[in-house]
Amino acid sequence: MKTRVAAIVIVVSLSVAGCATTQQRLFDSDSSQMQLRSIQTRAFDTKDKEKTLRTVISTLQDLGFVIDKADATLGTVSATKLNNYAVRITVTVRPRGETRLLVRANAQYNIEPVTEPESYQQFFVALEKAMFLTAHQAD
Amino acid sequence: MRTPLPLFVAVLLLLSGCQTVPKDALSLTPESLAERQIQTRKYATTDEARILAACAALLQDMGFNLDESETRLGVISASKMRSAVSAGQITAAILLALLGAPMPTDKEQKMRASVVTRPVGEHGEYMAVRVTFQRIVWNTQGHITTSESLTDPKIYQEFFGKLSKSMFLEAQEI
Repeated sequence: MKTRVAAIVIVVSLSVAGCATTQQRLFDSDSSQMQLRSIQTRAFDTKDKEKTLRTVISTLQDLGFVIDKADATLGTVSATKLNNYAVRITVTVRPRGETRLLVRANAQYNIEPVTEPESYQQFFVALEKAMFLTAHQAD
Repeated sequence: MRTPLPLFVAVLLLLSGCQTVPKDALSLTPESLAERQIQTRKYATTDEARILAACAALLQDMGFNLDESETRLGVISASKMRSAVSAGQITAAILLALLGAPMPTDKEQKMRASVVTRPVGEHGEYMAVRVTFQRIVWNTQGHITTSESLTDPKIYQEFFGKLSKSMFLEAQEI
């Protein structure tokens, strides 16, 4: 009898733990934001924002994405990959100091945010190759 | 009988565990290069705006509506909704319905295209054009049944054939 009660308590608490409030979902506040930002960001030793954006776009195409929209002034590109799943990614490029550009990517897989460092690492490896530049960990 | 609690909890955790992104979703695959070649042609011109305008006109000829464009980066994206009804599926559905097992069939699809241009060549004397298509299919119950990139080389041959004609320029493989 006791085991059964324990089982029910565990089931209920687990299923409740899975339910975030709308505010938590909106801010994705379950993930550590500083850590996520560093996973999603790299610095490149270039000042050419437009060329970097064009390289980001062609890298995304190489990765099988269809470009949804791009804005040179804002320095953003959004794209979607469909392969019986949907990955949507937004990449931003903005200046950091006098000589560097920061590239940041954030992605969602179906209805989940992508938080695995490996996925972003793979993206930046592909981007590095196309840029002919090394991606630095942004401090 | 005692509940096999650890097993029960394990199953529950599996179910509630979030889906994680596939390993190759954000990495280059052996097919990436071949796909790039199929989807890209270069033209001996430096006039990017002219190519983009020709691509926009071609997409319109194909019935697409333009969603977004950014001339400074050489990007156009477009989409259209079309029927996804196929005779084969309908036949199968009718047969199954006769057997008492009704089956939803594909109903409509959203087809998306994006065109990206960029200067290539040692002195940027060529313009490369890369087009990519994808589609999402919904069935009669409103569920997504297919979401995929279109990879048939014939689609891309036809696209670039038409683009070359409208620009009076020879398309070259990259």
